[in-house]
Amino acid sequence: MSGQGWIQLLVLVVLVGATAPFLGIYIARIYGDDETRPLERVFGPIENAIFRLCRIGRREQRWTGYTISLLAFSLVSVLFLYALQRLQGGLPGNPNGLPGVPAPLSFNTAASFLTNTNWQNYSGESTMSFLTQMVGLAVQNFVSAAVGLTVAIALIRGLVRRTSPTLGNFWVDLTRGVLRILLPLAFLSAIVLASQGVVQNFHQDRSVATVEGTEQVIPGGPVASQESIKELGTNGGGFYNANSAHPFENPNGFTNTFEMWLILVIPVSLPFAFGRMAKDRRQGLAVLAAMMALWLVGALVAMHFEGAGNPNLTSLGVDQSITSTQPGGNMEGKETRFGPEASGLFANTTTGTSTGAVNAAHDSFTPAGGAVPLVQIMFGEVSPGGVGAGLYGMLIFALLSVFIAGLMVGRTPEYLGKKIQASEMKLVVLYILFVPVCVLGFTAVSIVADWALSSLLNTGPHGLTEMTYAFTSAANNNGSAFAGLSGNTDWFNTTLGISMLVGRFFLIIPAMAIAGSLVRKQKVPPSAGTFPTGTPLFATLLTGVVVIVVGLTYFPVVALGPIVEQLTQGS
Amino acid sequence: MRRQILPAVLMVVVFTVLCGLVYPLVVTGVAQAAFGHQADGSLVSSNGQVVGSELIGQGFTGDRYFWPRPSAAGDGYDALASGASNLGPNDQTLLADVEQRAADYRTANGLAADAQVPVDAVTASGSGLDPHISVENARLQAPRVARVRGLAVERVHALVDQATEGPSLGILGEKAVNVLRLNLLLDQQG
Repeated sequence: MSGQGWIQLLVLVVLVGATAPFLGIYIARIYGDDETRPLERVFGPIENAIFRLCRIGRREQRWTGYTISLLAFSLVSVLFLYALQRLQGGLPGNPNGLPGVPAPLSFNTAASFLTNTNWQNYSGESTMSFLTQMVGLAVQNFVSAAVGLTVAIALIRGLVRRTSPTLGNFWVDLTRGVLRILLPLAFLSAIVLASQGVVQNFHQDRSVATVEGTEQVIPGGPVASQESIKELGTNGGGFYNANSAHPFENPNGFTNTFEMWLILVIPVSLPFAFGRMAKDRRQGLAVLAAMMALWLVGALVAMHFEGAGNPNLTSLGVDQSITSTQPGGNMEGKETRFGPEASGLFANTTTGTSTGAVNAAHDSFTPAGGAVPLVQIMFGEVSPGGVGAGLYGMLIFALLSVFIAGLMVGRTPEYLGKKIQASEMKLVVLYILFVPVCVLGFTAVSIVADWALSSLLNTGPHGLTEMTYAFTSAANNNGSAFAGLSGNTDWFNTTLGISMLVGRFFLIIPAMAIAGSLVRKQKVPPSAGTFPTGTPLFATLLTGVVVIVVGLTYFPVVALGPIVEQLTQGS
Repeated sequence: MRRQILPAVLMVVVFTVLCGLVYPLVVTGVAQAAFGHQADGSLVSSNGQVVGSELIGQGFTGDRYFWPRPSAAGDGYDALASGASNLGPNDQTLLADVEQRAADYRTANGLAADAQVPVDAVTASGSGLDPHISVENARLQAPRVARVRGLAVERVHALVDQATEGPSLGILGEKAVNVLRLNLLLDQQG
């Protein structure tokens, strides 16, 4: 890796490390049980008005009530999104006169934004009206992130409360997430992005005569406001087809680092919030260490291989060395202003967090560099994962880890003083199995079906990776793509849509059930036989469990895809 | 479930107004007031006519101009069809394209048949709208442009330096030459 590459990595780590702990404490003070909420005088009255308007009582809910509210909210959201796309042709906010979106694509897109996936089977600039992008897609960018946050908070409460029947109130938690965390941060970062050249207007596409006299149409749109929440909410749906590679979404090296910071700041802050709510910082740090170890290894691998370039091009007389006068490396599908290493770093970050924004074409990465985003998603989005989803995913893995440790010493496992018993473990296993079944099942059907194979751009092992990547990305709610796959067919719109819904709600329901089961339990004081979970040893075990569980599940398909491709390269 | 539908509908309405209308409109107001040029697309004018955006590359082909990177956006630099080639690293189409582009680049710029070509000159970008080329790429094109325009190569090199941007804050991203800016500077030389 070049010196410039190390600097990009270091600056990002320092920025996130300097800010996330404070945000974590802020979040804990919003949701914690014996805390005074910050800025209550500003936000309190607005919240009260919203609760009155929406007829919401603030009674605490059991896990069932909490989950039902969450599902009701999601159902209404998905219907609204679907209707909005179908009807956009006759609605205002459509200066370019785009027609309604076809039914299968509308279903796919509605499922995609509802589940915080933001898989896009369409090209934004030529499919979605400004109104759809603003009041449909951008709104889901806020609320789907806030929904993920509520589940994480509910699971933390399940772990830290003593013999309580309830987990909090979904509507209150949802509103606080949007109002007190996402909106203020998104607003400030949208202005920062706009100052750098991210567009924010309501102009019709503007046709200009270029210097050489040809015509070029320059698109407009409310992009900055969507870009900031797209990264902050780990959503990833681009306003334009090229996503964060588009100069109007990501105009320079600073915005590139700023967008990676936006992606990471909430997921990294949540373990700190967890530590504070558990009244034991080390518990949060252990979880964070496992998350960031996976992230860092991925970053180094992706940056190295993208910086090293494509060996096939060397024999063609192409200079891929990294020097002071050229970015070098594997530049197919990458922007000059970012260079190959910062693109590898972005790919690792966006896939480690379930974001799915891309600043380069993952499909054109080197086999080893492209395996990094794929494997990061396969980890189940825990490195450090999406807003909320990353923390509750990692906490589920933590339960599995203490269970395995308990088996080794023959004692009933505990986590934060809560006994982990058969009913919780069954739910943990369900949580872990739903996604691989979906990914491998749909991939297996797709690689033998003509109607699916015709969507592939690349053949051989790379084609298998393209296909696997699509279902992995959808079912884990990431949303990035090996974009050579043409997903806008009835088969992919439907199966990817189902994968996204399964990957979201079939994980949220077991996670909430675990929270509901744990919150009722007493806390047992630690004894000599308790496996301490706030230690480097536990962080190591947790990392190992994530890697082994994923390795056993997906190794065969990774072996046939990227590994074969890397080994046969140049032959 | 049924008792939850009414609050759910009302909450969707409230968040739609708040995050879907108020938020983007306020951002637009502030961005337009404080950073109007950028928020409108960083448009560039020449002789009073808008000729493009400094952030969006253009598909220059004439010998009098510096050429941008190959583009997979539509027929090339189509700003309504942003995107990459998405070809894998071992793909035969990609390798054939690169070989052809390298040969064309050497011929056009009077380089030896075995000369090394900068990678950005023969690969398509992620957006297809990359406004930049590497400094190396610009230096290799400079003699051609200087010859066609009857300018001294040193003069063209100076313009290349003038059109070089980044890295941001001296450390973030890469140093790169803005092709549209450079070509407009050339045209101003008269």
